[in-house]
Amino acid sequence: MPVPAYTFLLLSGALFTLGAIGFMVRRNPLVVFMCIELMLNAVNLAFATMSRYLNSLDGVVFAFLVITVAAAEVVVGIAIIVQVYRAGRQMDVDELDLMKE
Amino acid sequence: MDILAPLVLVAPIAGFLVNALFGRLLPRRVVGWIGAGSIGLAFVFALVILSQVLGGQKLDQSYFTWWQSGDFNVPFNLYVDALSTLMILVITGVGFLIHVYSIGYMREDTGFSRFFAYMNLFVFSMLLLVLSGNLVWLIIGWALVGLSSYLLIGFWFERRSAVLAARKAFVMNTIGDVGMVFAAFLIFLNLRVLDFQGLFSRVHQLPKGGTIITAICLLLLVGAVAKSAQLPLHTWLPDAMEGPTPVSALIHAATMVTAGVYLVARMHLLYDWAPTAAATVAVIGGVTALFAATIGTAQIDIKRILAYSTMSQIGYMFLAVGIGGYTAGMFHFMTHAFFKALLFLAAGNVIHAFHEDQDIRHMGNLRAGLPITFWTFLIGTLSISGFPIVTAGFWSKDEIIRAALTAAGSEVVLGVLALITAGLTAFYMFRLFIVAFGWEWLAHDDRHLHEAPPVQTIPIIILAAGAVVGGYIPVASFLSPVFGQPAEVGTLAFWGLAGLTLAAAAIGFAVAYLLYARRPQLAVAWRTRLGPIHTLVERKYYVDELYDRLFVRPGLALARFLDNVVEPRVIDGAVNGVAAFFLLEAREFRGIQTGRVRSYALVTLGGAVGVLVIVALYLGYLPWKLGA
Repeated sequence: MPVPAYTFLLLSGALFTLGAIGFMVRRNPLVVFMCIELMLNAVNLAFATMSRYLNSLDGVVFAFLVITVAAAEVVVGIAIIVQVYRAGRQMDVDELDLMKE
Repeated sequence: MDILAPLVLVAPIAGFLVNALFGRLLPRRVVGWIGAGSIGLAFVFALVILSQVLGGQKLDQSYFTWWQSGDFNVPFNLYVDALSTLMILVITGVGFLIHVYSIGYMREDTGFSRFFAYMNLFVFSMLLLVLSGNLVWLIIGWALVGLSSYLLIGFWFERRSAVLAARKAFVMNTIGDVGMVFAAFLIFLNLRVLDFQGLFSRVHQLPKGGTIITAICLLLLVGAVAKSAQLPLHTWLPDAMEGPTPVSALIHAATMVTAGVYLVARMHLLYDWAPTAAATVAVIGGVTALFAATIGTAQIDIKRILAYSTMSQIGYMFLAVGIGGYTAGMFHFMTHAFFKALLFLAAGNVIHAFHEDQDIRHMGNLRAGLPITFWTFLIGTLSISGFPIVTAGFWSKDEIIRAALTAAGSEVVLGVLALITAGLTAFYMFRLFIVAFGWEWLAHDDRHLHEAPPVQTIPIIILAAGAVVGGYIPVASFLSPVFGQPAEVGTLAFWGLAGLTLAAAAIGFAVAYLLYARRPQLAVAWRTRLGPIHTLVERKYYVDELYDRLFVRPGLALARFLDNVVEPRVIDGAVNGVAAFFLLEAREFRGIQTGRVRSYALVTLGGAVGVLVIVALYLGYLPWKLGA
């Protein structure tokens, strides 16, 4: 019995919502990062689902692209977080408001 | 001729470029000879052109297209006929002599090369003005003449008075330039031409004496009046005496002030078509002639007397061209160039001899001290006063007065003005001569005076020769291809009218002789008796003061108002107001930018959801239909 597509899409939406809420309510930069990854993977799941159901590889290609970009982004992000930690700032995204300047 | 005409222009501009760019590096001797030589070369070219024009040739050639916009096309074309040939001969010939003289006169000046560069530019501008074959280049030459006169009048720029005089000349000339430009606009608007040939052939399409042609001629006249220092734009000319004396000679004799006469003569077909404008020219000329002559009687500065005499003589020329006596006007232009250049250059020698003192009452004993200058100045004085038969001034001035007196209508009044002016001319010139150069009665003082070197006296002697024989040059028949043959007068009428002129001049001379040579105490007595009138004339009828009240002070007051009120309140107020507004608003909106990533994310999410909702609604995916 085939599993209908909307179940995967509902899962994807749920994951994305969890990621978005987590991004907004958590203050630890590492957790915030993980929430971003969660959102990206929710999107990947949606891509993969549509790819499978439409019998097209386009969605999978996009999923790979997203994975690549996510990897690059993590590298930069973690580097920034490490630098902020070394500079002795508090590990709280609300305290890191230098972008205001 | 199509190569010679541009060469006449190239020689002075080349001299200008060399002296302006490298003049400081070259020895003075070389600078002087480049400056004078370039004009001399142009004179040689002009002589060759003369021989070809005498052979019946004419030139109206376009050399290149300067600019083009749609069907509007401005070529660089030169127009050579008898009129422009006469002009370039006088400009380069007299100009050359003035340049040679300047080598001696300016030898001690630190700005030697600058001086010659400006002088060459001046001659170039004037040549461009008279050779141009269309209105655009005429106006360019016209404006360049104004520029170079500005540079030369303000040549000694460390003197405040020179700078002010230069500025005054420039402002006055700019008024005229505006008139010229508007005249060109009107011509193009109505006739769609800018070149002279086309203009002359199409001018008859306009109604004779109509508003348009009259307006064009009057606007051209504004330019002519400003450049030629006629009423009411004359005030710059006496002040222009702040420049070195050769500059005055160049402005008064060869270039600049004669441009107005040339313009009216060149545009004579237009003025023939607009009788009202032509009459205005004549009236301005006649009134200026008398006006300036009266002022000349009461001045004590040798150069200022000569300046007013120029105004007066140019007034004669305006009078002549205004009543249609174009030949007479151009004839007087030529003879005037000789004797006025002579008078100015000789005056320069005198001023040098008295260590830059220009007050005629301080001069004297010049016959013993500066014999050549003395005799040549006497020739110039006789010529300008119209001494019969042997001087050029007699023939040309007489022709103008005759043309006015024999005219059919009310020009006779102007003829009478001209007659009175002739008497006044003789009076003020002999007053100048007697007071400055010394009559027998003046006790020989022991001041030791030095005659100028030959480089300064030889040009004057040549000019003196011109001031004598210039009257026999057959200008009328030379110019007849342009203006037609002037009307013949009977011998009786000729000598009768000449006798009138002579009588006027003789009275002027006699009064001057009586007042300043025989009975000097009479002159003093008359001055006190005339009291206020004398002061009025001496102060130049208070025209400067009048303009000061009417234009300068209101202008300054307006400028001050703009500076003190409009500038800080309105202009700065607007700029600062805009800045203050954005500063204020920025303060309001600053709160949004917290720098907190989470609040940005919230806004981004809200935005994304909003976009999704709008897209969904737009596409018709309404929430209550999703299930279906």
